[in-house]
Amino acid sequence: MSRMLKISVSDLNLFYGEKQALMNIALDIFSHEVTAFIGPSGCGKSTFLRTLNRMNDLIDDVHIDGKVVLDGEDIYLPNMDVVALRKRVGMIFQKSNPFPKSIFENVAYGPRIYGITDKSVLYEIVESKLKQAALWEEVKDDLNKSGLSLSGGQQQRLCIARALATEPEILLMDEPASALDPLSTAKIEELIFELKKNYTIVIVTHNMQQAARVSDYTAFFYMGSLIEYGKTRKIFTEPTNKQTEDYVTGRFG
Amino acid sequence: MSIEQAKLNTKAVLRNDKIVETIIKIVSFISFALIILIFVFVFKEAVPLFFKAMAPKTAAAAPIEQETYGEEVTGKLEDIKSNNASKTAATVEDAAQSLLSLGNKEWQPVSSNPQYGLAPLLWGSLKVTVISLLIATPISVLASLFTVVFAPKKLREFIKPAIELLAGFPSVVIGFFALVTIATFSQGVFGYQSRLNAFVGGLAMAIAVAPIIFTVTEDALNAIPKFMSEASLALGATKWQTAIHVLLPAATPGIFAAMLLGFGRAFGETMIVIMATGNASLNSLSIFDSVRTMSATIGAEMAEVVFGDIHYHILFLLGSILFILTFALNAVAEFYVRQRLMKRFKGS
Repeated sequence: MSRMLKISVSDLNLFYGEKQALMNIALDIFSHEVTAFIGPSGCGKSTFLRTLNRMNDLIDDVHIDGKVVLDGEDIYLPNMDVVALRKRVGMIFQKSNPFPKSIFENVAYGPRIYGITDKSVLYEIVESKLKQAALWEEVKDDLNKSGLSLSGGQQQRLCIARALATEPEILLMDEPASALDPLSTAKIEELIFELKKNYTIVIVTHNMQQAARVSDYTAFFYMGSLIEYGKTRKIFTEPTNKQTEDYVTGRFG
Repeated sequence: MSIEQAKLNTKAVLRNDKIVETIIKIVSFISFALIILIFVFVFKEAVPLFFKAMAPKTAAAAPIEQETYGEEVTGKLEDIKSNNASKTAATVEDAAQSLLSLGNKEWQPVSSNPQYGLAPLLWGSLKVTVISLLIATPISVLASLFTVVFAPKKLREFIKPAIELLAGFPSVVIGFFALVTIATFSQGVFGYQSRLNAFVGGLAMAIAVAPIIFTVTEDALNAIPKFMSEASLALGATKWQTAIHVLLPAATPGIFAAMLLGFGRAFGETMIVIMATGNASLNSLSIFDSVRTMSATIGAEMAEVVFGDIHYHILFLLGSILFILTFALNAVAEFYVRQRLMKRFKGS
């Protein structure tokens, strides 16, 4: 099978002030595959995820060097259009964060921002994206209700629909199911399986079983370093590194 | 003392707790009582006016017609003068008439036929306040948006205290600045007739009000959870789009409260308006005419009024009205904001 390179990271170092949070990260992310980042708390996996759409720019005192090449273009070059980058790289956060607006307005937010004003076009987008996020059946009659009135699992799917509405190429998910019950989690995982056909997905998870279930590739982070990266099955069945083995077998973390 | 002994030593700790709790309770109670007392005393000075006006039953000799209808009384002036209760009657008559004149269009407290019309004063206060809010709100809201959304950390740490310092500026200094500098400059620009007017007063007041609106709006913007703006930015929105479509709507209750607080401040502010508005009680629609506000009236006339006189009571009545209005506004601001903010973030 021919793998298409989507993102290529090399020599990436990230500092919070004086403290180094990521050390010499180098890895490749492939198109239309699900890549999972696992590791114990504070290992840098979320920080690394946020370097991929430059969300770390929002934090004061962050210094980054190295290369993150997306489709042949280094996104950390000074002339990079960060807004355009984030239109291509969508993000789902750990805590579902719908806007205090209606369900419709939540999904329509991105398209509206991009300048779509035609109500019928917006409606089409909202409907198709809510369907894609497996939420349509549950909310189709209350599109004007506040997004905050939904349950936690529904809110997270609403956020996914909102991110999909901007037609990103890559979807970054930062522990999207960590605050959800098992049923909602299962729904999100099913969704990831569906979305994989159209999007490149990078997911950070605390839950090793989840990584094993949903991902094609797995990267294990520890103390700011990338310890091991490879096909998920290989990482979980025959890791080459002792630390990886200890972590995936539940000996620590 | 070993750790075991220390653990058992709960009694003394509890007693200390109790003492501190009581002190804090007393202090907070005193500040609350102060507000009530101030209002009671202001109101107490205003109330006799109504008693005096309704005194006829106690003023034995004076027939009712004489007291209620001014024109007839003037005709029978001699009768009243000869009457034993003449003094009471005159006062009763004056008080009643002055109460009636509250609804008039003129404020002429010092004249042979004093007029205590509240309309020009209320109109004056409103005019200056609204002008100041119209100027101060957009500036303050944009300034707070800038500090919260756009300013780098270093600049933010400088701007906020600098603007808040302005809130502590003595109003007499702002008034003086308006009187000397703003008035001349503004007259030069707009070329109107009376140098001191509602517009100049409003402009100066905006300087006093802007820091309040800025601070409260800034707090409201900062209270919006970070994940909201992150969600917007991650969708490829620019900072400005995020500010307009996400932050401002979420902060609306806060901005509204800020405006109400600013309104209360401007409505009650005295020194600036005394110095910068010209103090003529006109019923004019033009913003370039002089105005006399309620607060300025109290400030200017209280020192010269005869103690216990009708005029004196009416000034306290003005004070009571000011107090009630600002109090109500602040209360609305407080409750509105709390409830609306809660609702917004918890979902309805």
